[in-house]
Amino acid sequence: MEKEALDDLRQVIPNDRMFLDLAERYCYSYDASFGEYLPEIVIQPKNAEEISEVIKLANTHRIPVYPRGSGTSLSGGPLPVKGGMVLDMTLLRDKLIIDRENMLAIVSPGVITANIHKKAEEAGLFYPPDPSSSNVATIGGNLLENSSGPKGLKYGTTKEYVIGLEVVTPTGEIIRTGGKTVKNVTGYDLTRLIVGSEGTLGIVTEATIRLIPKPQSKQTFVAHFNHLIDSGHAITSILSSGILPSALELMDNACIRAVESYRPSGLPLQAEAILIIEIDGHPLAIEEEINKCADICRAEGASYVKIAETEEERQTIWSARKSVSPAITQMGPTKISEDATVPRSQIPAMMERLNNIREKYGLNLVVFGHAGDGNLHPNIITDKRNITEMKKVELAVSEIFEAAIELGGTLSGEHGIGTLKSPYMEMELGITGVNMMKKIKEAWDPNNILNPGKIFPDKGQTRVVLVT
Amino acid sequence: MSPSVKPNETNAVANNLYSDAYDWTNQCVKCGYCLPACPTYESMGVESASPRGRINLVKMAAEGKIDFQKDLAEPIDLCLGCRACETACPVGVPYGHILEAAKEAIENSPSANKKNKMNKIKKLALVHLFPYPNRMNRIGSAVQFYQKTGLSKLIRSSNVLQKVSPALAQLEQALPAIESSSKRIRTGTIMPAKGETKLKVAFFAGCIMDSMMSRINRLTIELLNLAGCEVILPENQNCCGALHSHQGETNQAKALAKRNIQAFMQSDADVIVNNAGGCGASLLEYGHLLADDHEWAGAARAFSEKSKDISQILHQLGPLPFTEEWQGIVSYQDSCHLRNVQKVQKEPRLLLQSIPGVCYVEMEGFDRCCASGGIYNLLHFDESMKILDDKMKNLKDTKAATVVTVNPGCQMQMSIGIQREGAANQIKSMHLVEILAKACGLD
Ligand SMILES: Cc1cc2nc3c(=O)[nH]c(=O)nc-3n(C[C@H](O)[C@H](O)[C@H](O)COP(=O)(O)OP(=O)(O)OC[C@H]3O[C@@H](n4cnc5c(N)ncnc54)[C@H](O)[C@@H]3O)c2cc1C
Ligand code: SF4
Ligand code: SF4
Repeated sequence: MEKEALDDLRQVIPNDRMFLDLAERYCYSYDASFGEYLPEIVIQPKNAEEISEVIKLANTHRIPVYPRGSGTSLSGGPLPVKGGMVLDMTLLRDKLIIDRENMLAIVSPGVITANIHKKAEEAGLFYPPDPSSSNVATIGGNLLENSSGPKGLKYGTTKEYVIGLEVVTPTGEIIRTGGKTVKNVTGYDLTRLIVGSEGTLGIVTEATIRLIPKPQSKQTFVAHFNHLIDSGHAITSILSSGILPSALELMDNACIRAVESYRPSGLPLQAEAILIIEIDGHPLAIEEEINKCADICRAEGASYVKIAETEEERQTIWSARKSVSPAITQMGPTKISEDATVPRSQIPAMMERLNNIREKYGLNLVVFGHAGDGNLHPNIITDKRNITEMKKVELAVSEIFEAAIELGGTLSGEHGIGTLKSPYMEMELGITGVNMMKKIKEAWDPNNILNPGKIFPDKGQTRVVLVT
Repeated sequence: MSPSVKPNETNAVANNLYSDAYDWTNQCVKCGYCLPACPTYESMGVESASPRGRINLVKMAAEGKIDFQKDLAEPIDLCLGCRACETACPVGVPYGHILEAAKEAIENSPSANKKNKMNKIKKLALVHLFPYPNRMNRIGSAVQFYQKTGLSKLIRSSNVLQKVSPALAQLEQALPAIESSSKRIRTGTIMPAKGETKLKVAFFAGCIMDSMMSRINRLTIELLNLAGCEVILPENQNCCGALHSHQGETNQAKALAKRNIQAFMQSDADVIVNNAGGCGASLLEYGHLLADDHEWAGAARAFSEKSKDISQILHQLGPLPFTEEWQGIVSYQDSCHLRNVQKVQKEPRLLLQSIPGVCYVEMEGFDRCCASGGIYNLLHFDESMKILDDKMKNLKDTKAATVVTVNPGCQMQMSIGIQREGAANQIKSMHLVEILAKACGLD
């Protein structure tokens, strides 16, 4: 880092929140994807004013700035791919106000999402987006990646709940978008533009999010299928019967085997799929709906159906699903986790394409995911030190994306584009679509200061490169 | 499979770390699930004070990308070793092993700062004090002399220790009253069970426990007798070596372990019982410590399998013959090494709840380290007190009159915290054994 730039930064940020030593810089060189880039400096700002000053200096000295929450991104979102500065947002965590009357929460970006869940529930309210990283990830990171989880099927993703933001723009101005009203049609909807922009259009310094009444009760059941295709039909039948489950999760045979060998709990090794279905709402309505869902599964050929009768049984059902991630990482140190999403009617077709890819490349590929909304998680388990296999992984990943798009789906249902999927943007959006997005980026960020190297591919980049 | 990055061939220490710990560090998928569990990440707020950060730094050091002394030493040194991160990790990264390998490598790295004053004190105690029961006993007697003669009152009123070191001053105030050495049970003695003999146990006395807290050791044995145990106190046992492995003195830790294995395996006890969470954890890991030593590996594993915490045995043989009603609210602070390494969580709670009259209230954050961490509170006073003071707020919320622990370090740390809060008249810190013994009419 140039001395001049450093001297200027020192005027704005005290030394104990500015790190130049190698150890600290290495500690902000990664996220939960497997990329690794060393920043030149790490800064921990405490408020919007400091950030605004820092960004202005970054423009003067042309320093790339990489905002970072808890670094749990799976797509390389906060990685400082062009060096420069990591802006660690986790110290902005002092505000978590629940406004019960207006059913809102006003939060600082560094607040951990699970704390919002907890505080909202204490007030009898509910913040639905529930990524499985919610105990670790910041709400800022959730907003910028537009995160969601199993509840996305019924309640939608983060963007459905954000109604107002305070943002530091890439040129250092502090602006407010949206407001406290659920209805707001004044001008362009900048709130929605920023949510999911992966930290390329602004740094969020405060958010107003909508809360909804907490559902009174919930019930869960599990169904085993000997044929994957039957589970696909069960999903479509349930969803077209007028019932909207709050979660509808799928595990394939490879997943079942992995979980069973990690933590044996009597899962059916011969089953090609397990569905976990949860319904929430009024106790009487749930009772009727859950029985109907169970009947549909039986009619579609489920070999086993079990409705949880106690909270303990409910937890047992979910624990199989929650063990998937740890179970599959036992099979190898590198996990390439995709989140290709297809229209739900195409789930059986997508599962078949994934099967073919697995066979073709002979890779350890398992599939689970939020089947209800078509968001599948094909995971390839490998070892990044095994170069030959990694080359196969690159090809397989490309084919997964192609399959999703051919079936009318999208590259990413929840993890974002980051560095890992940028080469495929044109495949989904076409060159004019990508160019329109680029124009927005250039208008907001003329010096390309904020999170450069993400979403948009470098020239000539057409395929993900995992190893060089 | 060939590693893509090889450490600098000339750096033998990096090479050793590479072969010891590199594969473990590679198991980490950087998901960050361990972050909310880590007390130093919470109090310091930087990634280098988090488990994920530390693991990555060890990896970088093994790859030869950062310097052991300049870059790795401090983040590793600031770790409490509470191993809460291990319990939180979905993948099962063996953080404790990584930590010890890193400490050893730092200790052996060519640039090790031999002039560091704290290092010297640490070494002195580790090499010349803890391993020698006689020396520890002499200190115990000296402290007893100091407390009995009124010298301690004089020193406290003069405030001189405060000026020398606030850490020492706090610790001095938290020292328990030391029992006269005439009451101390001699090694080699066999104490028969009261009534029918249900179990033969060998008691691990520990170094600090034996010298400074011999009263708790005596009460432990009496409780075991009461519960139907014949208790043997094997001769020639010594310090468990936990502090040594935690400070990177692995060779010394191994030597101490071997002496203990020899001392205990001669007795034909069914179980080896201890009453200090930290020591217990290290006894439980002898199997791992000596895994590569062909001569000792088998015996070490057998030793570890026999090792149990006092709460496990008392719960197994219970209920205890209580004679007194307890008044007031009791809360429990987990010892990290008992909870996270030995995985003993419910037994101490069940024992406390079994005391007649006890109103048991769980404290928020009971599973979070109190930041005593071996001698962490001496080495990193300010960092430790920050974590402790937060804990005291939670303790006060329980309205407890007694806070119970199963580790001498935690017990003293609780006392320090209570004094800092000015709550010495309202809250008392006790070892599990003390409260159980009192309720059984022993003492
Ligand atoms: C085990 C595991 C499970 C996961 N499960 C899910 C899941 O179920 N659903 C899901 O959607 N995701 C999931 N993820 C991905 C990840 O947790 C989410 O993307 C999360 O939202 C990232 O939050 P973070 O605080 O870690 O942000 P980071 O990873 O640090 O950053 C994410 C992006 O946001 C930007 N950013 C962060 N804070 C700000 C800010 N204040 N202003 C501007 N930009 C900012 C960064 O530049 C980056 O582009 C999972 C990840 C892991 C490791
Ligand atoms: S929880 Fe385990 S795998 Fe995840 S970052 Fe921590 S140590 Fe690594
Ligand atoms: S051992 Fe304790 S202090 Fe050290 S990294 Fe793990 S949780 Fe944090």
